[in-house]
Amino acid sequence: MINKTAAEMAGALAKGETTSVALTQAHLDQISAVDSKVKAFLHVDTAGALAQAKSVDAKIAAGEKLSPLAGVPLALKDILAQEGIPTTAGSKILEGWKPPYDSTVVAKLKAAGIVILGKTNMDEFAMGSSTENSSYGPTFNPWDLSRTPGGSSGGSAAAVSSFQAPIAIGSDTGGSIRQPAALTGIVGVRPTYGAVSRYGLIAYSSSLDQAGPFGRTVLDTALLHEVIAGHDAKDATSVNAPVPAVVAAAKSGDVKGMKIGVIKQLQGEGYQKGVQTRFAESLQILAGLGAEIIEVDCPSFEYALAAYYLIAPSECSSNLARFDAMRYGLRMGDGPGASAESVMNATRAAGFGKEVKRRIILGTYALSSGYYDAYYGSAQKIRTLIIQDYAKAFTKADVLVSPTAPTTAYKIGEKVDDPMAMYLGDVATIPVNLAGICGMSLPAGLADEDNLPVGFQIMAPAMQDQRLYQTGAALEAALLSKWGAPLLTKAPALGGVR
Amino acid sequence: MTISYDDVIAKYDPVLGLEVHVELNTESKMFCGCSTVFGAEPNTQTCPVCLALPGALPVVNEKAIESSIKIGLALNCSIAPRSRFARKNYFYPDMPKNFQISQYDEPICFDGFVDIEIETEEGPKQFRIEIERVHMEEDTGKSLHVGGATGRIHGADYSLLDYNRAGIPLVEIVTKIVPGTGKYAPEVAKAFVAELRDILRGLKVSDVKMEQGSLRCDANVSLMPRGSDVLGTRSETKNVNSLRSLERAIRGEMIRHAELLNDGKKVKQETRHFQEDTGLTRSGRSKEQAEDYRYFPEPDLVPVAPAAAWIKEIRATLPERPSIRRKRLKEEWAVPDKEMAAMINADVLDIVEETVLLGSDPTKARSWWLGEISRIANDSNVGIADLSITPKDVAAIVALVAQGELTDKLARQVIEGVIAGEGSPAEVVAKRGIKVVNDDGALMTAIEKVCAEQSETAEKVRAGHLPAAGALIGAVMKETKGQADAARVRELLLGHLGQA
Repeated sequence: MINKTAAEMAGALAKGETTSVALTQAHLDQISAVDSKVKAFLHVDTAGALAQAKSVDAKIAAGEKLSPLAGVPLALKDILAQEGIPTTAGSKILEGWKPPYDSTVVAKLKAAGIVILGKTNMDEFAMGSSTENSSYGPTFNPWDLSRTPGGSSGGSAAAVSSFQAPIAIGSDTGGSIRQPAALTGIVGVRPTYGAVSRYGLIAYSSSLDQAGPFGRTVLDTALLHEVIAGHDAKDATSVNAPVPAVVAAAKSGDVKGMKIGVIKQLQGEGYQKGVQTRFAESLQILAGLGAEIIEVDCPSFEYALAAYYLIAPSECSSNLARFDAMRYGLRMGDGPGASAESVMNATRAAGFGKEVKRRIILGTYALSSGYYDAYYGSAQKIRTLIIQDYAKAFTKADVLVSPTAPTTAYKIGEKVDDPMAMYLGDVATIPVNLAGICGMSLPAGLADEDNLPVGFQIMAPAMQDQRLYQTGAALEAALLSKWGAPLLTKAPALGGVR
Repeated sequence: MTISYDDVIAKYDPVLGLEVHVELNTESKMFCGCSTVFGAEPNTQTCPVCLALPGALPVVNEKAIESSIKIGLALNCSIAPRSRFARKNYFYPDMPKNFQISQYDEPICFDGFVDIEIETEEGPKQFRIEIERVHMEEDTGKSLHVGGATGRIHGADYSLLDYNRAGIPLVEIVTKIVPGTGKYAPEVAKAFVAELRDILRGLKVSDVKMEQGSLRCDANVSLMPRGSDVLGTRSETKNVNSLRSLERAIRGEMIRHAELLNDGKKVKQETRHFQEDTGLTRSGRSKEQAEDYRYFPEPDLVPVAPAAAWIKEIRATLPERPSIRRKRLKEEWAVPDKEMAAMINADVLDIVEETVLLGSDPTKARSWWLGEISRIANDSNVGIADLSITPKDVAAIVALVAQGELTDKLARQVIEGVIAGEGSPAEVVAKRGIKVVNDDGALMTAIEKVCAEQSETAEKVRAGHLPAAGALIGAVMKETKGQADAARVRELLLGHLGQA
């Protein structure tokens, strides 16, 4: 049952072929079977999930009209507040904290009857691209347990790709949904900035953060997208406009006559051979389906990584100031003779990991008087140029495409001491965040040299998220018929049920 | 060495700069829906947003924007078509996010002025105080330092935090530097803050209670040698809790600066705290090394862009400017300067106007509020507004006196009764059985009795010595238990003694 798609599970539930409790239990069993190896979850809410499943079953039995994903289990990135459930954002500084409130995303999931299995591992405060920066240890890639699943939403991606959950929520600040989706062979979407409420999403970089869906198919991802998107009065940056028709687009999957722009700056040198091959193959398939492939020039993208590593640390240096031991979370060094300042210092020293401290220091420096214009100010100018590059490119093409990541999944520990190398892995995903537009990664096959998944990235203008699904569904269908079976059937079974 | 204020003025010109923080009286906080009511149990008016729980986000209170625009318009400011919030970053336990959402380089209102007038030896003198900016921000929580002698964080055993105040909307009004006030600097500052308070009260955007902290003024003071145009180093005095304290604080700082300068020492640029008991300031944190607040645009909020039509709408609702209103009332009521000043000082203008609008004679209304009622308020150490007597009650009393139902003396008893909670004036009159004796027969009986008892005095009056009548009238009033109309008694008495 767990190898079905979320849409199929929902169909089975609607027809009475299974129950949400059975479905939930099957996933809890898979978690028991494989998560000691994958380590996707930080917290599994067995009792809560089963109780939620039971209540959905009761509603189905009573003939209530439910949302399309009602009763389907889901894995939730630990960056989203869920009332009464430990929420850490992968950090020691929040160990044991149980939010007294639900994030808007969680409230919407609950309202839709989606069963939340538990909270998934992540790089601490979403700072990282491999989940190795989690204070609770790394998550392992189900395709090869010696490798990283990517990050920062590595736990969610690994959970979906190891069939511990059919769908999951991640968050994407610089590629943290798309890159792990690529590295684990699943679909991940970063919706348009403001399309999904950030209320209750623990902030890393407020102007870049965006929660989004993971699924094993484009349609599953669209179904989840539709549940979590929409205007929220609790988030001032939330877009007050109708949710794009993503499910309809995922069902249509037609690219005939569509103009697809390949970004000149996001290919070639620095991209692994197998990644380039699969990318080119996907372009051919799209052309074969009637799309027109053109090349577009985005010269400012050269500076995207630099701008990102000024803006995100600047915002995080301020966002993370609230972790001061005064109201919640870890408290260190308290006792006779301690001052508020000494407790704050001791707590932050003990509670934050190395990468988080690095970015806080970088951001504090970039915002300080005398340096602000040179760093934060310049980065904002680059941001404007990137927005302009996209705007120009979108006058020529309906969607833009690139490989999602320059490489397939790398070994755990391989880049951990070389932050620059790690940062370079985000070169293709970051421009989307800086421009506030939307992007999808979907599996394009395995790289010939290492048999690991390659991600194909699609980008669309703000609030045109349906174009991602329309294009992605077409490519997915063509690839599926080429492969004969979903890509994930080629992944090792990890000893669990498949 | 200690010098006098006159010595300071002989040698130096003071330069002022005032920063006034006003707590808006919106029902909910600046960025969340929590209540703003003063005096609730600690930490009961909090939520994920104002406690800065992980994941919580601010949303701007539109009412606070409206109030800020009102203030800007009333202070003759321009309203920015687009302004932004910024984060002011610094760590302090009573500030939940460890940054304050404020406005930095793009305030909502800018470039205004307030005209004030003060009494000087040379007569009334006008000053124009220019407004640099009006911006919105949020208040911090409150720290209570327990143990230790001073109530300060230093030496305390532990501290308690109350976040009820965290996130209350504040408006900060910053003046441009105010030179040229000379020896009147303290009076000018006081008059400005008083005028500002009246304007804000008229706008109904704040309680403007200095003692409760809903209006707080920081005074920047510096001196420059007379004739120089090079600004001196300033100190910033906080913790000024009344208009009188503001005057004292500025005077005190001018003397302190002058003493330092006379001794060839430098004034330190620092924050000072006013001490109510001594009238002096003590040193707070030094500002020699300017703190780096790492301001940057608040990414959780979108720019504030009030529509021109909305601003126009708000402008149309602005009340009469207090200075204009005072001038108008003074003319309408034909009040002498001194009396007008007394009413303003006693803060009874609103209440008198209300009483007049209910039909009272302005002079009578004024004299009751400023006289008897003020006296009772003073004696019981409360504000006039805290007494249970209303303009409606006073208007009723004035009417009863005018109708001859009460004498002034009886009216005092009625006022006392109303304040004591005995009911409306009519009820007090009924309950206490207060009534004017206007039966001439009864009065004549009393007059005859008194004249017989004090025949010597009566003879003096009969002989034309009128001042002696006072004693007889007094005795008659006593005889009639104060319920007689003194004027009628006088009339009848003089007639009886052949002096009519």
